[in-house]
Amino acid sequence: MEQTGIKTDIGKIREQFPVLRQEVNGKKLIYFDNAATTQKPLSVINALTDYYRHYNANIHRGVHALAERATAAYENTRKLIGEFINATDTEEVIFTSGTTAGINLVASAWGRKFLQKDDEVIISEMEHHSNIVPWQMICEEKGARLMVIPVDNKGELVMSEYEKMLGDRTRMVAVTHISNALGTINPVEEIVAKAREAGAVTLLDGAQATAHVDIDVQALGCDFYAFSAHKLFGPTGVGILYGKRAILEAMNPWQGGGEMIEEVTFEKTTYNEIPYKFEAGTPNIADVIAFGEAVRFLNGIGGKKELLSHERELLQKATEGLKAIDGVKIIGEAHEKIGVLSFVVDGMHHFDIGMLLDARGIAVRTGHHCTQPLMRRYGIEGTVRASFSIYNTTEEVEFFIESLKQIIAKWR
Amino acid sequence: MEIKDKRPASLEDIQNEIIDEFSIFGDDRESTIFYIMELGQKLPPLDEQYKTDQYIIKGCQSKVWLTARLEGDRVYFDADSNTEITKGLISLLIRVLSGQKADDIINADLYFLEKIGMSNIIGAQRSNGLAAMIKQMKLYALAFKSKMNNE
Repeated sequence: MEQTGIKTDIGKIREQFPVLRQEVNGKKLIYFDNAATTQKPLSVINALTDYYRHYNANIHRGVHALAERATAAYENTRKLIGEFINATDTEEVIFTSGTTAGINLVASAWGRKFLQKDDEVIISEMEHHSNIVPWQMICEEKGARLMVIPVDNKGELVMSEYEKMLGDRTRMVAVTHISNALGTINPVEEIVAKAREAGAVTLLDGAQATAHVDIDVQALGCDFYAFSAHKLFGPTGVGILYGKRAILEAMNPWQGGGEMIEEVTFEKTTYNEIPYKFEAGTPNIADVIAFGEAVRFLNGIGGKKELLSHERELLQKATEGLKAIDGVKIIGEAHEKIGVLSFVVDGMHHFDIGMLLDARGIAVRTGHHCTQPLMRRYGIEGTVRASFSIYNTTEEVEFFIESLKQIIAKWR
Repeated sequence: MEIKDKRPASLEDIQNEIIDEFSIFGDDRESTIFYIMELGQKLPPLDEQYKTDQYIIKGCQSKVWLTARLEGDRVYFDADSNTEITKGLISLLIRVLSGQKADDIINADLYFLEKIGMSNIIGAQRSNGLAAMIKQMKLYALAFKSKMNNE
């Protein structure tokens, strides 16, 4: 059988990530903190320096050559992203500074206009703080109620509880597409469909999802979809908020300033069209342009189906390996998962394990992963989290499992 | 009042002893970390009544509880933490500073930390936590000193 895709090309893929070619603490780097941020391919790094070397200029409203070039490149990323998530219109793609900013934009701009006293906003128990706190803030301001879909022991949303929560007062359902702490892929199409039946607006937090599964906002049917470039092989400081045209047009701007206006007088200001209405101030031009290269990179390696199957192979190997170690407990064993593996070890603190793995060159994340309510749900303070990406190998997973085994044995 | 000197070893002697102990690990990061964790395990348990927010050291990523008492003119510390490495770190500080005179604690130059390359071992975030521990210990000593001066 002919082998295609990532598996055969993993060496070639790794070559594109210069950061991976190094030692830390005298050991070969194994980067398993991809859920926090992915590494960047050369094309993205080069796009950044290329922009600053050759055509740095403020975009829009410039008549000179550099401004034209910068504007074209910036807007080209918008077009690429629109295709990447299958938006109906390119104008539905708003550049933000990250997922957090996107959610705050919706909570503030949509919430201020459309939320009223005693309205209900539904989130879930597995949300990142970024999809909890903005809703708490606007609910408090408006006298609205925040409702929480519970998570079961395996790490899946209890859908029957969600269905019970939906009602006349439900205005917004905002849940994560994929859990950053557990790796659970949520049944978001079903969640969105049920919310729409109840007449509620929907937002999906896609921070963890976009690097792993295909995103089709039309098929998902959601009103908003927020994600970050840096978890998708792109630079930090860039995010995307997708919103359906009608709802974006009905919303007032979030921040005021340059770019977002049509005409300003001291008596009254009229606002620009979408997406510019929501992009006040000079945007993060260089990083947006470089983000375009990240999307091209991802399209170039055969898309996310390949990626997910590679990750799942690593996940399966790692899961089996962890289960064979005495005293290790995996947190989050949902049926549908991406390559995120959270675990705790009897008698050892996650911080200590993280440092000991680091001494062997293995980078994992430790702590509550900005999901304190979820950690409380499991009665733990935090976990060790290993998260995989396209450039990780089965050999790395084997080394990680073996190292963990030895570390635990040494301590006992 | 007669003062019994329970801790004759000077700050310098203890620090030099620690530097010596750590020198055997050289560049072996893992063994160094395990050693710090073992030191943490040997720390006498802290009475549960002190494991409250009142005794927690602010500025540490991990939870560290610290209490101090005055016996004669010497200050003694007890502590605990929820992670072994942090427990090991505070146990090193206790080994050097506990049982010393308030003034010596206040003016202590903890050069052993630099000599054993502690900031490189534990990283920047934990180094901040370590600095917070030292500051809290010095604040305790300062409080006892002013109490003694007022009596």
